[in-house]
Amino acid sequence: MFDDSDIIVGLEIGTSKVCAVVGELNAEGALNIIGLGQARSRGVRKGEIVDPAQAEEDVRHAIVEAEQMADVEIRRVYLGVTGGHLRGFNNRGVHPVVSADREITEDDVQDVIKNAKAINLPAENSVIHAIRQHFSVDGQAGVTNPVGMLGSRLEVDMHVVHGITNRLQNSIRLVKGLQLDVEEIVFNGLAAALALLTGEQKELGALVIDIGGGTTDYVVYADGIIKHTGVLAVGGDHVSNDLAYGLKVPLSRAEKLKLEYGSALLDDDCRGRTVTLTNELGLPFKTVNLEHLRRIMSLRLEEIFQLIAQDLEHAGLFDYLRAGVFLCGGGARVPQIARLAERVLQMPVSLGRTNSISGLKSALDQPEFVAAIGLAKFGSLKTRKRHDQSRFKNLLGKLLPR
Amino acid sequence: MKNSAETSETPSAPLPGRAVKIFGVGGAGVILSDALNHEEFAGATFVALDTDAASLAASTAPVKIHLESKLLRGLGTGGDPERGRALAEEQFATLQAACGGARAVFIAAGLGGGAGSGIAPVLARAAREAGALTLAFVTLPFACEGNRRRQQAEQGLEQLRSAADSVLTLPSQKLFKFIDENTTVLDTFRIADGLLAEGVRGIWQLLTRPGLIQIHFDDVCAVLRDGHAESAFAFVEAAGPARSREAVEKLLRHPLLDEGRALAEAETILISLLGGRDLTMAEVNRVMEQIGRQGDRARIVMGATLDAAMKDKLAVTLIAARNASWKSDTPPVTASPEALREAAPRYSVRPAPPPVTLEAGEPMATRRGGARREKPRMLQTQLPLTIVTKGRFDKSEPTIHQGEDLDIPTFVRRGVPLN
Repeated sequence: MFDDSDIIVGLEIGTSKVCAVVGELNAEGALNIIGLGQARSRGVRKGEIVDPAQAEEDVRHAIVEAEQMADVEIRRVYLGVTGGHLRGFNNRGVHPVVSADREITEDDVQDVIKNAKAINLPAENSVIHAIRQHFSVDGQAGVTNPVGMLGSRLEVDMHVVHGITNRLQNSIRLVKGLQLDVEEIVFNGLAAALALLTGEQKELGALVIDIGGGTTDYVVYADGIIKHTGVLAVGGDHVSNDLAYGLKVPLSRAEKLKLEYGSALLDDDCRGRTVTLTNELGLPFKTVNLEHLRRIMSLRLEEIFQLIAQDLEHAGLFDYLRAGVFLCGGGARVPQIARLAERVLQMPVSLGRTNSISGLKSALDQPEFVAAIGLAKFGSLKTRKRHDQSRFKNLLGKLLPR
Repeated sequence: MKNSAETSETPSAPLPGRAVKIFGVGGAGVILSDALNHEEFAGATFVALDTDAASLAASTAPVKIHLESKLLRGLGTGGDPERGRALAEEQFATLQAACGGARAVFIAAGLGGGAGSGIAPVLARAAREAGALTLAFVTLPFACEGNRRRQQAEQGLEQLRSAADSVLTLPSQKLFKFIDENTTVLDTFRIADGLLAEGVRGIWQLLTRPGLIQIHFDDVCAVLRDGHAESAFAFVEAAGPARSREAVEKLLRHPLLDEGRALAEAETILISLLGGRDLTMAEVNRVMEQIGRQGDRARIVMGATLDAAMKDKLAVTLIAARNASWKSDTPPVTASPEALREAAPRYSVRPAPPPVTLEAGEPMATRRGGARREKPRMLQTQLPLTIVTKGRFDKSEPTIHQGEDLDIPTFVRRGVPLN
């Protein structure tokens, strides 16, 4: 039985590729990936749309391919967003409990969440996510559900992700222009974390780094809740650009070199080796020093990890990451990148694998699609919550006498 | 000067009225001090201070100080705080003399314009140097008054915070919670003046009136006396048998206290209770208990006064002071940033030697939109020795991280040679 609401589509408009992932909720509510469409992205730089016409074409291409593979019609998508303008921070809301018996009610919880959401954002920003972390009753922290407890002061910590409204609207409008509804916008890093982390890893504390073409998104989970998010507007494009500048080759050639010979670490075996570049006719015209290539790449990637490390240090989160670091995104394909990251972050680093999601093996194994798969997973969680709520209401309706 | 012999308060008042001077600075400040000037504050000296001769002429203050210079010809600063500040610095001696002999100086001003924002901080400094407890009561402009006034007000507030002992602010935007569609502009300003007057009155009572529970002036000084303090204040009144509970509820819902949040964040709470002769200890206790619970990390200074006219009524003035230990535009972080900065950073990007420049003449560091109007500092620019083309990122917005343009290749910024 094909219920349209059980089709969940995640759309990621990235800098190097646009990709749409189609998932289906099976009877138990688990996600099954049934289709994937992708297209090279030409209108996006550093995670943000700079050429809407080209981006629209690319998105259409990807959607059509996904529709064909999954054999469904796509009408609604969960849209992934990123960009250097995104910021995440933790906000605390306070609410005094005024009732005479000092019992915390559902209303108090709603009030304190509302207080926590009243943040002083710059006028041009809007909130993308406001995620509840933990409650605190009279100073006792770590409370997950305070309803029914006694106390006079209720506080809640919320993690808020916000970005410049106009830039977010650009993406949304582009998608709407293709006759698709945007169910929700989701931060790409959050989506990647949802796809990769198991409940246990979230509890132990984990850092997910999505090294994309235009941006590197990172997210920290600890104690089962999200603690920190960040975006660094530096990605694979910067590596290619560095190579083009340093080796004095055109950009397209630099990208090919990166994919074929690139590595995150300098090994002894590349000393003195050169790579010969051939032109269209197959005749050699230039040699490039392999050591230089690897050094340029290594420096750039090392810097990315160092900047992330700095941010985490500033936020005081290093001690929380007991499950380690997980890499995903196109940048995770770079040989030895896990070792480089380990060297910089001094923590176990591994390549992330999507978990608890079944379906297209070819898609699930590739690190580039983790964020898009995560978007579909986000959608599935939202849909499942909605189904549960409506089922509950139906049940209530049946039980109560009319 | 008003003769302190007119004071009918008991001679054993904690602070003789004569030792308090109330200055109204700038147009708004002068109007406010006029609104205050009646028998309740008998004993205090009111001084109107302005550059605009017309506003001074209209004021009813007993002492008027007209700051002027040849350039202004009695017309005023024209909305430029720099002019106001320069004038005040020039006439610093006059200001000091005016503050002489006072043990407490209240400064009332409206920030955003020229005289208030420019002169008030200098006056605060003069008062502090004269040894007085300096409290500033200021209004901040409405959002609709525009960016320029807002910036000038913020600057003035910053300077005032470091110059005075404590600053009570009334952001005019919060007045929207007190008015409705039909309130006239005049009435709104009157409401603003009224609210500010209540704040002044509350502190005044704390300092000068005797009562049930006494606070010594020195205690108040010690509590309020520290730099960079900002405060929110509220005044509520309740009547009837349940007045103590009503008063507390009103306080916890008061918009000026952010519905109680200011209490939770406060480090010092000054609370002044005013009731009739029938004020009971139990009522006082009830109020203080709730306040104590809401502001559990704060030091609480309390005074209670009796006034026969307040029979059956209870009025509470509350001031919640918080040390602003970081600038307001930094969002709160769960771990304290100070502690982290002290610990040796485990990771630091190798400092980039700057042999390469960006486009010729562009300064390396980009400040984050600060409203700093200091004298233009000499900016050290780099010589355009090597032009780095940005390639793919030529036309896109550069990624600036802590002053470094990350679009420039890493190996270039770090000066790593490729031989």
